[in-house]
Amino acid sequence: MADHAVHHDYHLVKPSPWPLVGSIFGAMTAIGLVMLLKGILGVPKGTPWVLCMGLAGLLFTMGAWWADVVKEANEGDHTPVVSLGLRYGMILFIASEIMFFVAWFWMFFEMALFHHVRTFSPIDEVRTAWAAWPPKGVETIDPWHFPLINTLTLLLSGTTITWAHHALQHGDRKNARNGLILTVILGAMFSCIQAYEYREIIIEKLFFNETSTSGGLYGSSFFMATGFHGFHVMIGTIFLLVCLIRLLNGAFTPRQHFGFEAAAWYWHFVDVVWLFLFAFIYVVFQGHAAT
Amino acid sequence: MSTATYSAHDDTVPHGAAHAEHDHKPSFFVRWFFSTNHKDIGLLYIMFAIMAGLIGGALSGLIRLELAEPGIQIFTAGSWLSKIGIIEASKQGYNVVVTAHALIMIFFMVMPAMIGGFGNFFVPIMIGAPDMAFPRMNNISFWLLVASFCVLCTSLFVDGGPGRGFGGGWTMYPPLSTIGHTGPAFDLVILSLHLAGASSILGAINFITTIFNMRAPGMTLHRMPLFVWSVLVTVFLLLLSLPVLAAAIAMRLTDRNFGTSFFNPAGGGDPVMYQHLFWFFGHPEVYILILPGFGMISHVVATFSRKPVFGYLAMAYAMVAIGVVGFVVWAHHMFTVGLNVNLQAYFSAATMIIAVPTGIKIFSWIATMWGGSIDFKTPMLFAIGFIFLFTVGGVTGVVLSNAGVDYSFQDTYYVVAHFHYVLSLGAVFAIFAGFYYWYEKMWGVKYNEFLGATHFWLMFVGVNIVFFPMHFLGAQGMPRRYVDYPTAFAFWNRVSTDGYMITVAGIAVFVVMLAESAIRRRKAVANPWGDGATTLEWTLSSPPPYHQFNDLPVIEAEGH
Repeated sequence: MADHAVHHDYHLVKPSPWPLVGSIFGAMTAIGLVMLLKGILGVPKGTPWVLCMGLAGLLFTMGAWWADVVKEANEGDHTPVVSLGLRYGMILFIASEIMFFVAWFWMFFEMALFHHVRTFSPIDEVRTAWAAWPPKGVETIDPWHFPLINTLTLLLSGTTITWAHHALQHGDRKNARNGLILTVILGAMFSCIQAYEYREIIIEKLFFNETSTSGGLYGSSFFMATGFHGFHVMIGTIFLLVCLIRLLNGAFTPRQHFGFEAAAWYWHFVDVVWLFLFAFIYVVFQGHAAT
Repeated sequence: MSTATYSAHDDTVPHGAAHAEHDHKPSFFVRWFFSTNHKDIGLLYIMFAIMAGLIGGALSGLIRLELAEPGIQIFTAGSWLSKIGIIEASKQGYNVVVTAHALIMIFFMVMPAMIGGFGNFFVPIMIGAPDMAFPRMNNISFWLLVASFCVLCTSLFVDGGPGRGFGGGWTMYPPLSTIGHTGPAFDLVILSLHLAGASSILGAINFITTIFNMRAPGMTLHRMPLFVWSVLVTVFLLLLSLPVLAAAIAMRLTDRNFGTSFFNPAGGGDPVMYQHLFWFFGHPEVYILILPGFGMISHVVATFSRKPVFGYLAMAYAMVAIGVVGFVVWAHHMFTVGLNVNLQAYFSAATMIIAVPTGIKIFSWIATMWGGSIDFKTPMLFAIGFIFLFTVGGVTGVVLSNAGVDYSFQDTYYVVAHFHYVLSLGAVFAIFAGFYYWYEKMWGVKYNEFLGATHFWLMFVGVNIVFFPMHFLGAQGMPRRYVDYPTAFAFWNRVSTDGYMITVAGIAVFVVMLAESAIRRRKAVANPWGDGATTLEWTLSSPPPYHQFNDLPVIEAEGH
């Protein structure tokens, strides 16, 4: 930019190869996934390398792209108006993510609130299984054990990220570092606890009781909603970890640290979604089968 | 357009022309493949949309040729189609063509042309901004669409289950899309839509940020040109509805491949639930397709009537109202699934309410023309054609919104006629109106007025002959998406196919028009339309400088 008099503070980005490269890897990931699942275009089913290359390429593109963003920020391209634009962008991204969760919750509520509608089903097993809640063959999770610990873990991580944020704003980099390290640990802890919970569900066959084929929808909705959330927790943890590495490398100033703020917003979003999951999937619709 | 006037610092017209020779354009490959310039990306989108439109139009030709007379002529072994071999010459092949026609026209023609093309090119200019908020992200929106298109095209050549390709319609209802198409083709369609969805969500974030954050000094929301308003509403619909589609098709991907049973009744799932999720996206989607057209038509009508648009604020908020109400009417696509009668009453009533803001728009366009000094240039012809045809489609929409009537019309050609009147004759005419209106501005050359007008008249006559008879066919009970029909429907199907030939002639004139202007290269002027054209793009040279508004324009209220 600035080859001749530019009298505005907007950031005119230089041409970049990453969008084209990322899209090529995006197409490769899509086609690779279908090759793995079904086998197409002469490639036999179960071939993983196209998908792996696509995903690796996407990760590389993301890394290179955001490295460029960080470089531009360090060069001073992120003026106040550009910085405001980045905030808008992050909020809108989170808004679209919320709509994703709306769809999973819609699916769950349709099942949980209208489970009796399935008693009109022509399929005998479905009709008898869904007369009660939880449906026959499904054993719901006791919310006051692991789910409660996970709730407390995430709420605690919400306070540690705020601790880190305030410390950063006051130029106290040591406390910012400590708060961020704790948040990353708590995030990882959440994922571990959830993985353990999943393992228990699968080993104990809580949702897939062989006495009934109709546990299917409950397990599908449960794993889709909590799994998609768990995936977001992992993304958020990685986002925070990147911020921690940047902080240790001397990035962020008390006035300008949008990368950190975006990670914190994302983390709070993940936190709030969990509260809804906990309240409805675990507590309200736990049914009477809880041990 | 808006109630504002433009005042540059000292040089008014053409602003930035003095800088034109200082523009440092990157080399060809970097400029078009690594672009971060909203105007170049807009041009890429338009070229992509024209290409996709020609492919989608050719597919509709296969449909019309097959339906020209009863019996199966071309989708059968030994026909010329089977010798070409791209499309399977079978009944499955017909369904694949219908499906691909819809998906290509919606996701790869109308949306890229309106939002990606005109939106990218003109929204930053109209609000007085030098570029989009996230220029690099802007480019991945475009290239993801190309990637998505490649994946969709791949699906035509792989096994679908009942034959080659996916033939379950653009709505992709289960169980036809789960146990009905077990092959990999439909998995490719799902992932293609995921890529297109990511492209659109990123684009939506970009547009909203640009419009909220980068308006020039004095460009308040209530002074914003109506095209910008229309894009703003559209991208909000995209941002909030597309994730729901992505979720719905992701659930089907897992139903097909990972043993879930969201839409599988044997596991307690419900195929109707897919329809709810799909139409929660699908209904906003149809407004996504038409709203930017509303904005463009407002500009064209105001310019060629030499009057500011009638009821500017009402026009803007009518679009907002359409967008908001558009989110709560989705189940009118599902009246016959066994919906509770109270829900049918609600969705009928809510749907009819949309006629109110839409009526505000139609009457305001007419009021804008009223008493104006109307100049019947090609864009104005398309705009008036739009108003007439969109009104016809809107009226049949009110007919269909009645649940009771819909029991008879569901899945007949009456519905096909309805949505082609609002889209094929509404959205596409709006795209052509905008294309001719901004032709000089975008490409830097003038189009030939005679060829433009010929294109309009051939297309206007042609598409009406294609689609008006479909009302009769639908009323007589001819169902959609069938490769064959009883002899009783032969006459109007023959007429409809003749209309397609006239439309093809119109498109041929369009291509000739493009070639003529590219060969003759008549030099464009900054503002060919005179006093009626008041928005900021007309203050710039044609084509605009590589980076406009190095000095931001200052917008002042009229009369200051």
